[in-house]
Amino acid sequence: MNAADLDSTQQHPPKILLTKIGMDGHDRGSRLVAAFLRDGGMEVVYTGPWQKITDVVNLAIQEDVDLIGISSLATDHLILPKLMDALRDAGLGHVSVVVGGIVPDCDLALLSDAGVAHVFHPGAARDDIVARVSQLVQKTRAAGLAEMGGGHA
Amino acid sequence: MRKGHTFEESAAYEEAKARWEAEYSRQMGDETPRSNRSGIPIKPLYGPDDLNGGLNQDSYMNSLGFPGDGPTTRGIHASMHRGRPWSPRLVVGLDLPEDYNARMRALYDIGLTGLYVAPCNSHMRGFDPDEVEPELLGHCGTVIASAEDMRVCLDGLPIDKYSTSLGCSAPYTLSAFLFAVAKRRGIAWNKLAGTTNQSDYLSHHTALHMFFRIALPGQRQLLLDHIEWMQREAPRWNALSVVGQHMQQAGATPAEAMGLTISSAIQYADDLVARGHDPDAFLPRFSFFFDISISFFEEVAKFRAGRRLWQRITSERFGAKDPRSQRFRFHGQTSGVDLTRQQPFNNIGRVAVQAMAGIFGGLQSLHTDAYDEALGSPTANAAQVAVATQNILRDEAHLDDVIDPLGGSYYVEKLTDQMEAEIEAVIKKIDAAGGMYRATESGLVQNMIGQSALDWQAKIDSGKQVIVGVNAHVMDDTPSDRPATRERLDPGRVEAYLARFESYKRDRDQGAVQHALDGLARACNSTDENTYGHVIKCALAGVTHGEICHRVRDELGVGQPLVVA
Repeated sequence: MNAADLDSTQQHPPKILLTKIGMDGHDRGSRLVAAFLRDGGMEVVYTGPWQKITDVVNLAIQEDVDLIGISSLATDHLILPKLMDALRDAGLGHVSVVVGGIVPDCDLALLSDAGVAHVFHPGAARDDIVARVSQLVQKTRAAGLAEMGGGHA
Repeated sequence: MRKGHTFEESAAYEEAKARWEAEYSRQMGDETPRSNRSGIPIKPLYGPDDLNGGLNQDSYMNSLGFPGDGPTTRGIHASMHRGRPWSPRLVVGLDLPEDYNARMRALYDIGLTGLYVAPCNSHMRGFDPDEVEPELLGHCGTVIASAEDMRVCLDGLPIDKYSTSLGCSAPYTLSAFLFAVAKRRGIAWNKLAGTTNQSDYLSHHTALHMFFRIALPGQRQLLLDHIEWMQREAPRWNALSVVGQHMQQAGATPAEAMGLTISSAIQYADDLVARGHDPDAFLPRFSFFFDISISFFEEVAKFRAGRRLWQRITSERFGAKDPRSQRFRFHGQTSGVDLTRQQPFNNIGRVAVQAMAGIFGGLQSLHTDAYDEALGSPTANAAQVAVATQNILRDEAHLDDVIDPLGGSYYVEKLTDQMEAEIEAVIKKIDAAGGMYRATESGLVQNMIGQSALDWQAKIDSGKQVIVGVNAHVMDDTPSDRPATRERLDPGRVEAYLARFESYKRDRDQGAVQHALDGLARACNSTDENTYGHVIKCALAGVTHGEICHRVRDELGVGQPLVVA
């Protein structure tokens, strides 16, 4: 891996999948965040609500996304561990997953134990969201490259 | 006295006004213009010049009138809150049916007089509890899937004494379950008062993807059938609640939310007229449901303007003669979007201001949010504070003493006129698009709401709109300072419930279940059979919510959300 290769991978903009799993449909937040990220120069794959976990995994593979954002306003975050398992099973363990919405303190450990990279709570500032997401995308790409490197060895 | 002015032209008045203007400008210098959420510029002072048509008895009668009469701007009843106090009604929905029952009994003991049943998300999505991830059951509403569950929810609660509001969307199974419970208790259906609180499918298609949805043509058929059935069998029941709350929560400005809601009501009234109904037969049972933001005066003006407009539209556009057809009856819910996770006890103050705006706006029933709603589903303590807030506003602060106490304020009257103009502009835009049904199909409404949500967020991001604790007066965010959230429902109890549900399904008369479902399917495909009569028959035969929804979904098709982002 040389610097030129690294540059070429960094040149294509971060690709984010923004979606909702489970049963809730409140989408004001996810629509806003989609706009924030697009304004921040990222490519956003946006879906309607009620996606099945398998659909999210398939979409993440097809679209080759760097990060998955799950919007949860009505406790759908409780099935995040199932999503994380499914992503790992599909070889997408390196893709960062973030959650935005209403996550009570008592559930934070559940999400971090499952491998969720970050939780954005109500009131999260636009700039912080964009900055944190791009930071995590860099991490995902580095991890993806490391994985590829490992495969060649 | 010259018509249109409160007093003779007075040199002293003009002089004093010029003096104040000069002094104000001197003190303020270059001032950033202010405007409210609906985009109306806000001046520092309002006076007699701002009154539309001035203040005289003719203009008063035209634009304000007396409560319960004329344009009804000041209220829909002669006695308003003195004679008809608003009903404190809390959206309550949690855990299992027996938990709902316990929470409701406790709230009744402290003064709640209106019942509200919020079902679990599985219900809203049209599934039975045994069809979804068990982790998701009972968090944001109560698990209710059958008439038996409803019986447990309402055990010992006076459904014949207080009105019951149901978070119930097409095909309206919650109402059917309630009617089945009433039948079992020996309460005649025509004695039941209440509201099918989520029957406004246009609000779901445009702003709230909480509910499972039938495709638009099927939704239209189910709603009109529901209204007709209730009109015949339960005339005290409000089959239609037109909801502006979802749109405002999704981002619509207060004026947009009011305009879109009235446009929806016009659509439903047009549809009923097309089915051959007399407006005076169905309009008296139309009711409305709105969001109340913390933009205090704007909300008061929104409600006053909406009430005046609805009176005019029902009488002029629909030719309604019965004063009851012209009454703008509404439930208000304090806005959750205004609440913050940061410094959550600040929300008690916010809710009190929002509630006051609704009360001065002349509402008929009120939900006050719990202070912990940005943290999770409300705890029992936070729900009690929410009810107590209403008791304090009524009994300690005496906000029910005077009818429309802000009426006559130069600012409030001017703002009411301006909000009315904004609201009318929205209604005209929807009319031009062919009405609310077409504007929903095309995505026009969804785009409007999305754009306003972005505009609002930009105000917060730029600091133009202060949110205490979020972009101003920020304090360290320490989890230990936050009130504890509710404990998650014990998975063992969910398992026991699911076992109970399975045995309920096993022990039914399976022949009667099939027969009822077949009748429902037939009605879905017929033009002269009312579908809702068959939903009621299903509820009486022990058919579950999911079974009814699946059959209706099979016959009428699914309404996928229009994704606008």
